[in-house]
Amino acid sequence: MAKVLLVGVDGSDAGRRALQFATGRARDLGATLVLVHVIPWSPYSFNTPEENEQRHERRQQELASARTQLLEPAQQDVGEGVEVVLVAKHGDRAELLNQLAREHDADHIIVGRTGEGRMRSRLFGSVPSILTQIADVPVTVVP
Amino acid sequence: MPQPFLAQSIDERISTAMTPVSSAIEGVVFYSVPVAGVNLPLIVLWLVAAGAFFTVYLGFINLRGPKHALDLVRGQYSNPDDAGEVTHFQALATAVSGTVGLGNIAGVAVAIAIGGPGATVWMIIAGFLGMSSKMAECTLGVKYRRERPDGTVSGGPMYYLEKGIAEVTGHSEGGKKVGKTLAVLFSVSCIGGAIGAGNMFQANQATAQIIAVTGGADSPIADLRWIVGLLFAVAVGAVIIGGIKSIARVTEKLVPLMAGIYLLAAVVVIGANLPAVPAAFAEIFRQAFALDSAYGGIIGALIVGFQRAAFSNEAGIGSAAIAHSAVRTEHPSTEGHVALLEPFIDTIIICTMTALIIVISGAYLDPVAGELGGVALTSAAFATVLPWFPNVLAVAVVAFAFSTMLTWSYYGMKSTGYLFNDSETAETVFKVIFCIFVVIGASLSLGPVIGISDSMLFLMAIPNVLGMYILARLVKKEILGYRAKVASGEIAKVSH
Repeated sequence: MAKVLLVGVDGSDAGRRALQFATGRARDLGATLVLVHVIPWSPYSFNTPEENEQRHERRQQELASARTQLLEPAQQDVGEGVEVVLVAKHGDRAELLNQLAREHDADHIIVGRTGEGRMRSRLFGSVPSILTQIADVPVTVVP
Repeated sequence: MPQPFLAQSIDERISTAMTPVSSAIEGVVFYSVPVAGVNLPLIVLWLVAAGAFFTVYLGFINLRGPKHALDLVRGQYSNPDDAGEVTHFQALATAVSGTVGLGNIAGVAVAIAIGGPGATVWMIIAGFLGMSSKMAECTLGVKYRRERPDGTVSGGPMYYLEKGIAEVTGHSEGGKKVGKTLAVLFSVSCIGGAIGAGNMFQANQATAQIIAVTGGADSPIADLRWIVGLLFAVAVGAVIIGGIKSIARVTEKLVPLMAGIYLLAAVVVIGANLPAVPAAFAEIFRQAFALDSAYGGIIGALIVGFQRAAFSNEAGIGSAAIAHSAVRTEHPSTEGHVALLEPFIDTIIICTMTALIIVISGAYLDPVAGELGGVALTSAAFATVLPWFPNVLAVAVVAFAFSTMLTWSYYGMKSTGYLFNDSETAETVFKVIFCIFVVIGASLSLGPVIGISDSMLFLMAIPNVLGMYILARLVKKEILGYRAKVASGEIAKVSH
């Protein structure tokens, strides 16, 4: 059965290195790459009425930008010879990466070590650190 | 003897100018008939009747509906593919942030001061009845909203009055005229309500509390209320005209936090007075149904209780329909269900807590209570157990006032948009006027402010409720039809 590798794409340098790492592995294994960009979003936030009114439009724009500015360039970087699936979705980054890995039967999640400051990471946890705690499959954090 | 005009402070001058205006408006809106020795404003009867009607007509939906409402808010019917759209929780949070304001803190104090402890019971009853009317209007709001080509949405009573009534009367000329007239009437009163209740009252009581915690009559800003108002106006203007979202964002986060702290403090005050609680409850019920009392007996308590509850939870007024119509959903009844929870949270929980602490702490018995009025009375009630709390309350009051002002500026803007065909100029003019009235509201004394605020707000209820009666059959079909689909499983919970 073909392997599936899920890669978190966020436009950062570490993210790019994560993608390179994943691409290398995908070529070796003949695996499919699922490139995911998660747009941070919570269903429990408190908004102004204007934000609610504009939300639908904003959502469409956010999904479109994610595709054109992050996912499609990432697909270009992967190049030929590897099967690529693109996913853009709103939600909690760590949870959604794990959930999407389940949905796509991924064996492995690969993310870049995020650039959040040390203090912030220590207090609130960074996406990679939370992911390693909750994921159902092995997680590789690429520095 | 009133001072000569020029010798008065700016505060007093504004007050002197506005009082005859407020009295005139009040006289019309609160036209009363004497009932058992007390004056019953017809408008209060109008709202009570609407709540009672829809409660019965929709089969006591206020008792049967909340469970499904909670399921909706928890996301159990939300499709994961819709992630990123406005959720029912967010719709509820936005609407509650808008309604929880000075009405819950200051308005309740006014109710107890005028109507006695018995007003509490009638407030709770009004809260229950209001759940049904709010559900009806919010369902209609979503059903008849207008989706503009640029993707933004406009909805609210003006739209369901115009489109719904036309539809229900088979698009007859008469029907269309009635709908349009009611829609315009609503929009005009909504602008008034936004400026009165959503703005002036909030600014007024927030300023009062700030002055109270900075020394009361000896405060350095005691006669400079208009300056506090000006600061508020600048902050409001920065958000609604300047588009500076960060202030709004902070406030929106602050409101739930302050609400939590407020409720916690209320629980503490009640806990500290635990021995007095049974007696207080007994007194509340006794006064609620007394045939005669210092507060006008059962009728007096009822009128005041209903009035303040309506002011606080806005059921039947139509404003919530504007907020809920912005939510994208296939089924209008979902937002109706979510709206059910608002009067519960606003009146049955928060207002009741305020009422309880005022009664249980005995603050209302203070001979100065009537003069303190408003937020000062609530503040004094908290201070009996938590002497430092008035300072926290000041922060809470400012946060609540500010978020209510922002939400009502949105309602007023939408009404202006309806009247002037979404003209940006008209909307900007409204925003400027809105900010000016923040200053005016802060400067007036409580009396004329509450008079104008109440009047404009309740005026909205006339076209809104009329429209709801005309569309009642439609609403019932929509809501009960949806509930049947949920019960049968046609609309099913989504597995996550």
